[in-house]
Amino acid sequence: MAAPGVLDLRIPSDVQHIEGIVAQVVRRCAEHRFAGRQLTLNVPVALTEALSNAILRGNGEGGGKEVRIRAEFVDGQVVLEVEDEGGGFDLAECTSDPTTAENLEREDGRGLYLMQALMDRVERFRGSGNVVRLTLIRR
Amino acid sequence: MSLTVSHQREVVVIEIEGQLIVSNRQELKQRVLDEAEAGARKILVDFGKTGYIDSSGLGVLVSLAKRLRELGGDLRLANLNDDLQTLFELTKLDTLFQIADTRERALETF
Repeated sequence: MAAPGVLDLRIPSDVQHIEGIVAQVVRRCAEHRFAGRQLTLNVPVALTEALSNAILRGNGEGGGKEVRIRAEFVDGQVVLEVEDEGGGFDLAECTSDPTTAENLEREDGRGLYLMQALMDRVERFRGSGNVVRLTLIRR
Repeated sequence: MSLTVSHQREVVVIEIEGQLIVSNRQELKQRVLDEAEAGARKILVDFGKTGYIDSSGLGVLVSLAKRLRELGGDLRLANLNDDLQTLFELTKLDTLFQIADTRERALETF
């Protein structure tokens, strides 16, 4: 049972679930009076990236696997944790700059960059699985 | 997400309603490729009713623009709200695409 003020959900590892989960988290952020821009840009895009990575890369779209999403609101910030069943990755090593001339026309490689641009803090660590933690301060 | 496709002279206008993200980007890709296959070379994507776009959605736009250019055509964008404009600026994709404030302005110069 999640503590009050905490959203704790598990979804099957399928990208079709992303939009619904993002909408739920955005609604909670709205209840906690996050700014309009944070509700329409920062949270939905960064969380979509984290969920997409967890499902497609972490779990490899594996049948039977799950992704856990936790949203905790504390001290004027939201801490979002997305946990998959994969082996994890090195955040710094995997983040490239998609704005350089050689990367600009690449189809991929913008996800981690956007997460970091849109959140106040992005961390990756091992919990019971591979966890990406996104922190956004209410403005 | 839903797509509304209309033809305005030689320009195919595709309006995206909802989110353009990893779960539905293939739908846009296929639709544009089908139009190109049918002979379209000028494609305008109208974001007036679009919510948010993730990196997969941006990636599809980049790949479609490249394909259209290879065919001697162009893919242009119109009607980005402030959030989408920020997203294109953060990724510098605003330097890769021709972006118009409105559909009408895009059509005038396409």
